[in-house]
This record gives sequence, structure tokens and C-alpha cells, in this order.
Amino acid sequence: MTTIQHISTGRRIKDRVVQGLVYLAFALAVVPLISVLWLVISNGLERFDLEFLTHSMNGIGARDAHGGAYHAIIGTLEQVLLASLISVPIGLLTAIYLVEYGNGGRLSRSISFFVDVMTGVPSVVAGLFVFAFWILFLGFQFSGWAGALALSILMMPTVVRSAEEMLRLVPGDLREASYALGVPKWRTIVKVVLPTAFTGIVTGVMLAVARVAGETAPLLMTVFFTNSINNDPFNGPQMGLPLFVFDQAARPNDTAIDRAWTGALTLILIVMLLNLVARLIAWWRSPARGR
Amino acid sequence: MATNVRTRDGGPATSRSASRRSRGEAPFRYLSTAAGVALLAIMAAIAVFLISEAIPALQANKANFFTELTWEPNSSREFGIAALAFGTVLSSLLALVIATPVAVGVALFISHYAPRRLAAPLGYLIDLLAAVPSVVYGLWGVAFLVPLLRTPSQWLNENLGWFPLFAGEGIIGGKTMIAGAVVLAIMILPIIAAISREVFLQAPKMNEEAALALGATRWEMIRMAVLPFGRPGVISAAMLGLGRAMGETIAVALIFPATFDITFQILTPHANSIAANIANGFGEANDIGRGALIASGLVLFIITLLVNMAARFVINRRKEYARAGA
Amino acid sequence: MSKQIQVSGLDAYYGSHKAIEDVSMTIEPRSITAFIGPSGCGKSTFLRTLNRMHEVIPGARVEGKVLLDGEDLYAPTIEPVSVRRMIGMVFQRPNPFPTMSIYENVAAGLRLNRGRISRSELDGIVEESLKGANLWNEVKDRLNKPGAGLSGGQQQRLCIARAIAVQPEVLLMDEPCSALDPISTLAIEDLMAKLKDKYTIVIVTHNMQQAARVSDRTAFFNLAAQGQPGKVIEMDETSRMFTNPTQKATEDYITGRFG
Repeated sequence: MTTIQHISTGRRIKDRVVQGLVYLAFALAVVPLISVLWLVISNGLERFDLEFLTHSMNGIGARDAHGGAYHAIIGTLEQVLLASLISVPIGLLTAIYLVEYGNGGRLSRSISFFVDVMTGVPSVVAGLFVFAFWILFLGFQFSGWAGALALSILMMPTVVRSAEEMLRLVPGDLREASYALGVPKWRTIVKVVLPTAFTGIVTGVMLAVARVAGETAPLLMTVFFTNSINNDPFNGPQMGLPLFVFDQAARPNDTAIDRAWTGALTLILIVMLLNLVARLIAWWRSPARGR
Repeated sequence: MATNVRTRDGGPATSRSASRRSRGEAPFRYLSTAAGVALLAIMAAIAVFLISEAIPALQANKANFFTELTWEPNSSREFGIAALAFGTVLSSLLALVIATPVAVGVALFISHYAPRRLAAPLGYLIDLLAAVPSVVYGLWGVAFLVPLLRTPSQWLNENLGWFPLFAGEGIIGGKTMIAGAVVLAIMILPIIAAISREVFLQAPKMNEEAALALGATRWEMIRMAVLPFGRPGVISAAMLGLGRAMGETIAVALIFPATFDITFQILTPHANSIAANIANGFGEANDIGRGALIASGLVLFIITLLVNMAARFVINRRKEYARAGA
Repeated sequence: MSKQIQVSGLDAYYGSHKAIEDVSMTIEPRSITAFIGPSGCGKSTFLRTLNRMHEVIPGARVEGKVLLDGEDLYAPTIEPVSVRRMIGMVFQRPNPFPTMSIYENVAAGLRLNRGRISRSELDGIVEESLKGANLWNEVKDRLNKPGAGLSGGQQQRLCIARAIAVQPEVLLMDEPCSALDPISTLAIEDLMAKLKDKYTIVIVTHNMQQAARVSDRTAFFNLAAQGQPGKVIEMDETSRMFTNPTQKATEDYITGRFG
């Protein structure tokens, strides 16, 4: 019985080798993730204490072991919140324009194109722009608000894209049913379309927040530096958690490096938590979308 | 990815609501249009203000901005972009060369090799790589990767030193171009993998089945029906990754030793980039210095803009191609 | 060339769902066997078990035996890849590789299975296969143009040429004309009549006239209810099936009372 010939060894080996390479590629990609998380956790836990979370660096000398990132955590939370307050309305309205009003015209196509291009604006350029515009041109001082402006530029395209995607998922029947009842278009959008897409939009916004919460470069030239607590994001330099890590990591002392690791751990916890919550919302909602 | 559904035409609904003379309609439409226009305005403003704030420093520059290697705007007022731009391009290209094959492998793993049940969670794991903040990668790079690469770097230099990239005398290893490039590669891997995964999943099932029915192995099927279809998508993904790598700042600011020379010796501690120089130099810069940094930021903005627009152009071409094929 | 297929006690599953149950039949060489039946009755699924394409779908599996001239296709030592090399398949929608030329489409299978092959030999086989698929005269001047530029009917004949280029023993056709216009359909039917001199042909069709026109034997598939597995109700010479079926369900289906 020799009807069915086996495939040649060469082909079999090639198939196996490629399979091996593909698995290897995946392993290679996961190794740095594990390594980063492991180092951050093991090195960060050392100083991950109450003092770190409740004290600033005010009056802490270069070699001192104490001090904390309270001022940086407060700064990051305020800056990210302000950035969201700016970018979410603009981003959401832009998405509404693209989906509901744009009708594929020239304006909507160029907005759509530049949203994509904006995704690629380097974060350091966003920072430099706010510095050039807000601080040099308009003459304001370094502040948390200036940092929020820079972060919001980075958030906007992400918010637009995710909101746009969610709005397009809303079934047309739903809109038409509302129109058929004589509800005007804008009220249909506000009362029917947005609530239907709500959880999806929240997920997108949280992922965008998670992304900018870890940004350091734009803060350098907008928020600047401070070692003390500044609760007012509109007046004077603030700190941000990523900035804190950068600042401490660039210092030569072990005590500072320890603080950098702990700052990194805190930052990763915040970012991962935001990510996780966003994914949970998306996951919790997905069965409804499948139907 | 954004689906490319055409915008639903609101024609009849608009006229009906207009006939009911809804007072909210016009303001709401103008508001959403204004938001979109604001986005365009921001892009334009970035260009305008970077240019206007860079001009004074460029005028004060005593050297040729495009050919000068050194960066001394604060003291001698001589500064040029040449070495920095070279470092930006070289580090990003190296990162791309390292990341793309791995990312394509990862994308194929998720789309065609991993068990169906595991594909989504494993894909999420790769996405998590993108969630790690840049500054954390920088910290990791300095503390872990730089020491790790020292021995292999020295080995390469001793045994393959005839190859220009591995050449160099004196100190080998440490805060090198290759260390920064590896970190950049890790950071751009998720975006290349995610886009490639999408296009591989979109490869027509009927062509995959045709290949299998001809007696193709899994790899042969992928080569016949998946890779040719996905090629434009992978190319644009790689270009987006390149744009990311060029703009990436803090990680390389911590790793690169801030030298100002042009060398292909990636195993020696000579490396810098436009973005890293901005991050490292901003704190101590005076007015001219800051203007100079803004000028370098403008160059970075233009380079990344071109790379990104080219990538988008390829993607949009592919969309048309995919639509024509459907 | 051209071999007999014997199926005994075959069940096919999608995950936990049983799509077909206990199918046994003999498919004779050098003849055309047609599978008819209402949608969802498992005839396409069954066709795909004959060249192990069924298991390409995640979670799909098969129990039972399929013998190709006495050799079990599902024996543990047999690889699905080599089975598919022996048993070619043509799909419902024409699916030439969009990035390849007409020539490359026909040569695709040969390049896989024959390793190094001389250009002149390849040219010969491509020409012969395209002639075998009644397509040569229409495409001989544009062999290097993309296959996607052809009409639907031409694309389907290109797919047939691609399948016969590797000289399979059996040709499986899954509703090959359902996406085509009547003239293209006629061209494919003529082609089938010609190909049956060399191949064992199995065709799934929704079109009973087509089954009556082209096939030598016909199997009627049906299922008891939605969600139940499909079964073979009756199998016989086509002429007898369509004039004098033994089962009431077959008669009802053929006369158009359901389905």
C-alpha cells in the first residue's frame, strides 16, 4: 500500500523550523516584559512604604535614604485629570463629527488623516510645542496645567480613534428607529448613540489615560521640576511620577536609584491598574456586542 | 483599528428634524465640526510655534545648523543637528531591524499558530509591553540590559570586528548605541506586532483553504496566502514603528551617553539622538539653548511627520486594494 | 490514476456539535458522484472530510474510516498534507491567489510538491492543465496577468486547472457553480464531463438539474431537525434517484416539496 506518499523531509523540516522560529519570536517578546516587571517589583518593593507614598523630597539631601513621591503622585493625578478634561470633549466631538456629520467630505477626510498623523507626534515635540506656545509666546510659567496641555495633545488622537470605532459599532437600525420616532439627529446622538457606545468609549479613554500617565518627556519642558508639594496645578512647577523616576534615576546615589525603582513600581501599578480596569470594562461588555 | 464603514447618510433624518425646527441641531453640528477643526489647528500650531520660537536661536547660531556636529548653544553659540539626526536615524533603523522579524513572528504566532483559546490572552500580553512607561524601560536598560550586553559586545568586537558596525577600539560595551536600539526595539515591537496581526487575520480564508487543499504545509500556506496579502500592512506597521522609535525620548535619554559624533561603531559608548538631547539638555539650557532645542524638535517633528504620512499612505493604499479584492 | 473511495461509519463534529452521523458509501472511480440535500444537511462538511479539510476548522474532528483504494486516510501515520495532495478541491467561490499571475496560480501546487522542476517541464504542465480546464485558448496570451482579472467563470476554471495540475486521484467540488452565471456554469459542467475520464469526481450541488445532468450517482443528505446531525437518506444511480426514489423524503425534496 504505497498510494499516499509522505511529504518530503525537506518540506517537513522547513515547516517545523518555521514553527520553532515563530514560537521563539513570541518567547523573545515576552522575556523583556517578565524581566522588566521582575526587576521593578523586586527592586521597587524595598522603598515601597508609607513614607514613600506620603512624603515629598522636600529637604531630602542627595545621599539621604528617606523621602518619597507624594508630590509627584499628586502632580501626575492632577495633570492626567486635566488632560482628560481637555482631550475627552474635543476627541469625542471630533469622533461624532467624523461618524455622524462628516459624510466622507474633504474636511472629514483631512481631519481623519491628521488624527492618524497626530498619533505619531513624538511626545517630546508635544512638550516643546506647549513650551514654545504657552510659556515662551504667551508668557505663562511652568505649571501642571501646561503639562496637561501637552498630555492632552497626545491623548486626543487615541480618544478620537477609539470613540470613532465605538460609534461606528452602534447599529444603524437604532439610529433609524430613533429618527422614525421624530427625534432630531443631535438628540439621537446624545440620547441613543452615545449611551450605547458609552462603555466602549470609557475603555478607550482609560487606555489613553494609561498611555499618557507614563509620559515623561513632555513634562520636562512644561511642568519642570520641584521637590516639594504643590497642590495647585495652575501655579508654579509641579512634579509628575514619571518625571520623579527620571530625575532620581539620573542621580548617581544608590538611595536615589532605590527611589527611582519604587517610583517605577508605583507608576506601573497605576498604569496597569488603569489598563486592567479598561480591559475588564471591555470584556464585561463584549458578550453584549457578540449577540 | 478603525473600520472603514462609510458614514451613514443622515439625509432624511436631517430634513425631518429641520422641519421640526430642533433648536439644538445647528449648535451641536457646529460644535462637533469645531472640535475637528481644532485638531487641525493644533497640528498647524505645532509647526508654526516651533518655527517661530526656533528662529532667534537659529539666527544666533555661529555654525551651520545642518552640518555642525557639536551642540554648544549655551556657551559658544555653535550648534548643529548632524550628529543628533544621524544618531536618531541609526538607532531607529537598528531598532527596526531587530524588532520587525520578531514582531512578524509574534503576529503569526497569535494569528496562525497559537491555540485559538490562548490567542487573545497571549496577544494581550504583548500589548502589555506597550503599557510599560518609557522611563521604566530606561531604568531597566541601564540597570539590566547595559551590563547584560557587555560580554556579547566584546565577543562581537573581538571576533567580527572587521564588520564596520562591530568595529572600535578602547571601551567596548556600556551605554552604547546597540543598548539603546534594543530598548527601542522592545518598545516598538507591540505596535508592529499588533498591526501585522490584524492584517494577517484579514488574509482571505478562502485563499488559505485553497493553499491547504493543494497540499501545502502550514508554513507554505502562510507563504502563499498570508504573507503576500499582509506585506503592505507589515511595511506600514514597520514605518509607524520607525516613527515611534525616532520620537522615543526618555528611555534613550537615560541610556545614551550624550556624545556628539558620527560613528557606525554601535558597540562603543558613542550615541545620542535628537529626542535624548532635548530631554538631557533642557534643564540647563538658557534662552538660546532652549531655542536651539526647539529647532532640533522641529527637525524631529518634520522627520516623524514624513515617516508617518508615508506609512499612512501605504495603509490607505492597502485598504483600497483589499476592498477591490473583496 | 483515479481511485475508489470507501467511507464507513463516519461522524463529523464541530466542537461538541455532531454535524454528520454514520455516513457509509462507496464512490466509484472515473465517475461523477453528486451530493444533494437542503442547506445545513452536512453535505459540504462530508465532502471536506474526504480530503481532511474538515479538521482545518478549530475544534472540528472526525470519527470513522475513509479508505482510498483500501488505504485509510485517517490512519495515524498519514499526514493531512499528503492526503490533500492526492485529493484536489474546488471551492464554492473561485479563489485564485490574488497576488499571483495566471501561470503562477496553476504552478502553485507543483512548486510545493515537486521541489525543483525545470522551466520547460513546468510550462508543459501549466499548458496541459489549462487545456484540461478548457481555459487555455482564453488565457494563453496573458499568462503573466493576475488571475483576479479573469471573469468569475474563468477564475473557477483556473482553480480547476490549479487543482488538476498536481495530478490528483480525486477531485472534490463544493458547489463550484453557485457563484457563476448560466453560461459559465455550462462551461464547468462540460468540463466535468470531460474530466471524469481521468478522475474520480465528487460534487456538492444545490441545483438538482445540475446533479441530474452531470452525475452518474447521487447521494441525498438530510437531517431530522435543525441541530440534529445530517445523514445519507438514499444513494443510487442518478437516473433511478430522479425517476424512482425509494424514500419518501428524497421524492419530496426532488419534486420541490421542501428544501
